[in-house]
Amino acid sequence: MSAAEKPAYPQPVLNRKAGGRLLTDTRYWPTELWKSPWSLPRYRAGALWLAGIIIGLLAIGAGVGELARWGEKLLALLNRSGLPPAAVAWAWVLIKLGCVIGVIVANGLWAVWWERKISAHIQSRVGPMYAGGFHGWAQTLLDTVKLLLKEDVTPAAADQVMHTLAPVVAIAPCVMAFAPVLFGTELAAAKLDVGVLYIFAFAGISVIGVVMAGWASGNKYSLLGGLRAAAQIVSYELPRGFSVVPVLMFAGSLDLAVIDAAQAGYWFGFLPRWFVFYPVVGQLAFLFFLIASVAETNRTPFDIPEAESELVAGFHTEFSGMKWSLFFLMEYGYVLLSSFLLAVFFLGGGAAPLPWLVGIPSWIWMTGKAMLMMFVFLWFRWTFPRLRVDQLMDFNWKFLLPWSFANIAFAGILLFLMQRGWGLR
Amino acid sequence: MKTEEPLVSGPGLEMDTMFVNLGPQHPSTHGVLRLGLTLAGEVITKAFPDIGYLHRGTEKLMETRSYHQCVVLTDRWDYCSAMPNNLAFCLAAEKLMAVQAPPRAQALRVITCELNRIASHLIFLGTYGIDIGAFTPFLYAFREREMILDLYEALCGARLTYNYIRLGGVASDVDADWTAKCREFLEFFKPRLDEYDTLLSFNPIFLARTKGIGVIPKETAAAWGLSGPNLRGSGAAYDVRKSEPYCGYETYDFDVPLGETGSCWDRYFCRVQEMRQSVRIVEAALAALPGGDLMAKGIAKLPKPPAGEAYAHVEASRGDLGIFLVSDGGTAPYRLHVRAPCFINLAILQDILVGKKVADVIAVLGSFDIVLGEVDR
Repeated sequence: MSAAEKPAYPQPVLNRKAGGRLLTDTRYWPTELWKSPWSLPRYRAGALWLAGIIIGLLAIGAGVGELARWGEKLLALLNRSGLPPAAVAWAWVLIKLGCVIGVIVANGLWAVWWERKISAHIQSRVGPMYAGGFHGWAQTLLDTVKLLLKEDVTPAAADQVMHTLAPVVAIAPCVMAFAPVLFGTELAAAKLDVGVLYIFAFAGISVIGVVMAGWASGNKYSLLGGLRAAAQIVSYELPRGFSVVPVLMFAGSLDLAVIDAAQAGYWFGFLPRWFVFYPVVGQLAFLFFLIASVAETNRTPFDIPEAESELVAGFHTEFSGMKWSLFFLMEYGYVLLSSFLLAVFFLGGGAAPLPWLVGIPSWIWMTGKAMLMMFVFLWFRWTFPRLRVDQLMDFNWKFLLPWSFANIAFAGILLFLMQRGWGLR
Repeated sequence: MKTEEPLVSGPGLEMDTMFVNLGPQHPSTHGVLRLGLTLAGEVITKAFPDIGYLHRGTEKLMETRSYHQCVVLTDRWDYCSAMPNNLAFCLAAEKLMAVQAPPRAQALRVITCELNRIASHLIFLGTYGIDIGAFTPFLYAFREREMILDLYEALCGARLTYNYIRLGGVASDVDADWTAKCREFLEFFKPRLDEYDTLLSFNPIFLARTKGIGVIPKETAAAWGLSGPNLRGSGAAYDVRKSEPYCGYETYDFDVPLGETGSCWDRYFCRVQEMRQSVRIVEAALAALPGGDLMAKGIAKLPKPPAGEAYAHVEASRGDLGIFLVSDGGTAPYRLHVRAPCFINLAILQDILVGKKVADVIAVLGSFDIVLGEVDR
């Protein structure tokens, strides 16, 4: 091959300077960017949080709120259709179930995207930017398509039946637990007198699915993850339940709608009578419930069952495709559930934060507060390291549980004072 | 050594144990290290590190390469900080050849090695954060490391395996543009170190996970031959830059940070403080950068050092990196042995992991900051 026939390979563009040194342009040099703090990506996380609340309102709130308006008409239509009453009742339950599942699935799509964006901006990145055009909004949608098309691998060592059943056992109670959750004042799939108990009862069942997943995978890391999850979730249910007792004492009911209604009104005409504003007791209960909720949802700093640096991926190491994403839906479903519970129990539910804002529909306030709490969950995850499993248990049994007991006593004292008229009432 | 222990299920109260392979493919073994762990519940009863998955035989390869070609191979040992590897080999070969690098080259060697120490400790800081479960510091650390790599790219065209320090000097010179950028980086970097302290070093959860965990007393550390921040974390003041200064380290004013108890946190914080000291050294070296040649005179294209042996060691990012070089007067080393700090630091693991929990294994292993490229060579 002669010199003329030689293919013209692209030559590296290098700036040859004195001394034969090759000097390329420095590609990453952020010192200019950092001169103004407002150009820092992490400061934009705040803006993203605001945007998140607004978009969350539009996406989840609008869907549920608008559906509810049409719900009454739909029920009337069903009643006039001439079907037997039992069939109407069943159809109505199925429709509501479909709505709840819709919320959970939409929340999965939304929360994963939001988490990726928030984590990115906390970490000086930008996150998904291409899929769908605007800030990668379609990223999780396409991820879901990928997960649906993905091969479902069941390891040879796995217990085939249990391995398939585990994600179902994990996600079903999550859907069930959403039945009495208020999405706005009086806006819930089912009105239950014992709503709080019902939610905690069903939220506790999912751990069986997690343990099943850990056991059935035939993997030592999965087994350790499953066992850790069982110990952790069962332990943290106690402070989680007890931290809500002051709220139940103030409201005098286990019905979420009554708890919501009990927080209406304002002190001095501007300070909302939310339970979180009850002196000391409210703040303590809020904090305990928040911490216990983070532990219940297996998120950092309590993500020990799926601690990737120790247990690879914990109980869902051997799951792929849709089975894996059911676990993911469960996790984000419980995050959403906890966010709504925090909003109802402590942040006034559908009540407006200021008297002149009462014209705005309750579901906007409810979803907004829930999204605020969800941001706290996501924020925790990307800021904190992870506790060790025994430290986690110590924290639960030696700190959280005794103090949530003590808080019940504080609540009793406060209630006594308020009834005597010494308090703010 | 047996790879699989039979389950112990005797009568009485003895617990069943479980054998777990931590690695060679595991998210937090920092490369292809395999740890065979025997667990009773979550507590380790027996641990052995199994190495050799990344063995490339560079010591043997060097016996067939010329001295200039050997420098290229040194880059592949500790690929997270390749400059001190180059330097250690070159110092040993220069001892054999009885030449000394000119002052400007020596200052450049100090600058590049200290920048590399910062880059290497940044990798440690980031990955250790991940080991403990904090993901965010990792990306912060890599953001800063990227600037150092850009500086290196401008200096020698490479970002990981530099081959910058050569026999008798360095490969290329810096200009005012480069030194300005380097100073800009140092100014940018100092406040970031404070940020890491608030984000990770003094985070209560991080302290709970690392303080008092994996404690190595000073005497034990010395007995196992630890070096670098792992030894200094235990409170032993041994630093080759102070005890046997090379490349003019005696002219720079810097402290050797020491830990107090020898726990994981002490080893961690030792490295964080070393980054501050490295910034000091680079600043001083940039301020007093002498002029002159980059290469010593009389380095042949195919050097044939006189028969003999030489040992040179430097304070690499991970400890005391020593090269023992034997020449028979030929064009290639007759024998070369590496005193690899990572390899020697790794040995103590089997001793101190016993009785720890699985989560602590990760914390302890991470705190040693091993690079398997150097362990296996």
